Amino acid sequence: MNKQVVNKQVVNKQVVKSRSLRPLVFGVLALALLLAAWESYRNWIGPWLGTERNVGTVFGFKLLPRANDLAMPSVFDMAREFGEPQTRGSATSVVEVVAEATLNSLLLALAALAVGVLVGISAAIVMTRFDFVRRGLMPWLVISQTIPLIALAPLTVTWGGQISILGFEWEKWTSAVVLGAFLSFFPIAVGALRGFSSPTSESLELMDSYAASWWSTWRKLRLPAALAYLTPAMRLAASAAVFGVIVSEITVGLTDGVGFLILSYLQEGTSRPAKVYTAIAGTVVLGLAMASLISLGDRYFARHLPKETTA
Amino acid sequence: MTLAVEVIDVHKVFNAGHSQRVEALAAVDVMVGEGEFVSLIGPSGCGKSTLLRLVADLLEPTAGRIAVNGKTPRQARLDQDYGMAFQQAGLFDWRTVAKNIELPLELKGWDKAKRRDRALEMLELVKLPDRADAMPWQLSGGQQQRIAIARALASHPSLLLMDEPFGALDEMTREHMQAELLRICAATKTTVIFVTHSIPEAVYLSDRVVVMSAGPGRITSIVSVGLDRSRDEGTREAKQFYDKITEVREALRGNPVGAGRDDR
Amino acid sequence: MVFGVVFLGAWEVFVRWQHVRPFVLAPPSKVWAAGANNLEGIVDAMKVSGGNALLGLLFGTVLGCLVALFTAAVRWIGEIVNPLAIAVNAIPIVVLVAIFTRMYEADSETPRRIMTTLTAFFVVFINVSRGLRENSATHNELMQSYAATTRQKFLKLRLPNASSFLFTGIRVAAPLTVITAIVAEYFGGNRNGLGASISGFFSISKKDVGLAYVAGASVLGLLFFLLAAVLEYVSVPWQRRRVSK
Repeated sequence: MNKQVVNKQVVNKQVVKSRSLRPLVFGVLALALLLAAWESYRNWIGPWLGTERNVGTVFGFKLLPRANDLAMPSVFDMAREFGEPQTRGSATSVVEVVAEATLNSLLLALAALAVGVLVGISAAIVMTRFDFVRRGLMPWLVISQTIPLIALAPLTVTWGGQISILGFEWEKWTSAVVLGAFLSFFPIAVGALRGFSSPTSESLELMDSYAASWWSTWRKLRLPAALAYLTPAMRLAASAAVFGVIVSEITVGLTDGVGFLILSYLQEGTSRPAKVYTAIAGTVVLGLAMASLISLGDRYFARHLPKETTA
Repeated sequence: MTLAVEVIDVHKVFNAGHSQRVEALAAVDVMVGEGEFVSLIGPSGCGKSTLLRLVADLLEPTAGRIAVNGKTPRQARLDQDYGMAFQQAGLFDWRTVAKNIELPLELKGWDKAKRRDRALEMLELVKLPDRADAMPWQLSGGQQQRIAIARALASHPSLLLMDEPFGALDEMTREHMQAELLRICAATKTTVIFVTHSIPEAVYLSDRVVVMSAGPGRITSIVSVGLDRSRDEGTREAKQFYDKITEVREALRGNPVGAGRDDR
Repeated sequence: MVFGVVFLGAWEVFVRWQHVRPFVLAPPSKVWAAGANNLEGIVDAMKVSGGNALLGLLFGTVLGCLVALFTAAVRWIGEIVNPLAIAVNAIPIVVLVAIFTRMYEADSETPRRIMTTLTAFFVVFINVSRGLRENSATHNELMQSYAATTRQKFLKLRLPNASSFLFTGIRVAAPLTVITAIVAEYFGGNRNGLGASISGFFSISKKDVGLAYVAGASVLGLLFFLLAAVLEYVSVPWQRRRVSK
């Protein structure tokens, strides 16, 4: 029996290895195709269609973008921008600024995710324990997935530096973490709740027959059962945390974050049009970094589980 | 008696040359006569489902020869000489019951009116005449299987291949379906190859029970049931029924009584 | 339900009792009043953002279906789009609206519409691709036993099977397009959508009006979701038995 399991793992690892290279190769290919399309539009197709100055029309709709240096900087300009100084005569280069901002945002997103996970799982535990709480909160959890909670992001604009809760000063970054946590709370709560409720009645009856306390049952049955549901929930929560942090940075004006950098570089559009792309690249790295961390965590914690359940 | 299905010295190996090589079937010989009802029974891994799929040309044998109605299995499949039923009814959720039955007829290019008539005829046969326009998810498991059987017989094939079609049903429904199946097959004079896990089911339904063993899949023995063709309520309680069940059980344990392949 | 009422009540009491200053939060009563006063403005903003979301949903769905169909025929198209779709799940692609803003005129709604289209496209593409790929083993064996041609199998099995996944995809994409439409407005451009109005009112400390617009946004999101859910319910009746995704 053990030998079978070991063989399976060996086989799985091999399969996973060769399979995980292929999407990477195609991902790079996809990126290359996009860049090629970008360049070919701005250099050839655009001018040929006459959209150098003005937006071109398709069937009377203004759909074709302007193909000049201000509107569509070349890929090489974008790459070059990384090495340029932050502002004229500044000592730090753009890549340093963007990297630092990305790191800040990453830390905020991680903090947001941590809070969201903590509160989400706690809420799920309470909801599993006390049925009336579940019945009361459940509809709101469900609705929350359909309404744009992100609309609340600017609510905290004027809170910075003005509120203190129990001696804790509300900084600008607090808004980002709170919004990220708020958004990531919901998928975690829903996923954890589903997971905690997933054991069959037979399994629960088994635990009852052992006179196990509610907490023992939770620890030994419900929690392990929930891991399969938490994996996809964590992915959703991670991207929600990133989303919340970025949007919060933009609306609140959190200068340390990469989201804010996008906005501020956007405003330098006329003088240095390619700059905003560096910040966007930073955001992409942020999202991918979070996703990779979650995948790593998933692979470590959930090694032994069968294929994950779709959320 | 003309032979509906001939299986001669058939071997099937999966993943040949790899570390996960599995010898599913080794030196299997079976002859099935026209109009016969033959069951394949054996423990998990004995290759009974594999054998069925070889006859259906859903798999190809590694060695050996199979003939269905005197043709190769491929030709029989292309000519639609058989109908097949699986453990899951496998009805298409987006089609009505009648349209599900019409599926093989559509694929063969029958025209609309003929298809409809045949579908209604089959519904009469499986005793669900008023469910023609119902949707599959409105039917019970047993009813869905009956529709699947109706679909398998829609083109009036001479051969019916069934892979544990009643496996997902409860005991009472199962016994009822077995009786229905016999009634239908008697009416249509179809040859049937039926894979099952259940000894009473095999004995109740079949003219002969092919007992198989695993590692690699082989035929242990073939038990002739020889029960009176007209089965009724009393059949399940007749002494002969129990005797035959015992015979099959013994064969499964490796103590074959009577004729059959001996291999150990 | 009860919880909602309790929450609103607690909110009202908290704000009044703590003498929470108006630039932090507003009590529900004030929000309701603000909503009533600004109803026309709110509805207009809903129309703008909603219009962008709807156009994106429509185009994105159509494109998603088309590309998924092409992928069924030509594998490598899917192999290129799939990594992008995975990346898009992790990255807040709404930031790309910053790029599009400069490619079009200053008062154009097109950048936002491109974003909502992209949002819907990836969701629908993934769902329809799955639908075309995931057929039960029994169904596959059945079609093989019928010696069905590739074309027959595609038309009679894969396509209808995929349609149920399509409507699920639309249901998932609908609220996402609303979110994208609203967030895209935070990046500058026209000021007459929900996102712009919300951030505008909140930054001048008119929390009650801002929250009223937030309520409008919630209504819009809920509306999109309900319409898509009803569409799914009607078109795919057999999924009523299955657990919803």
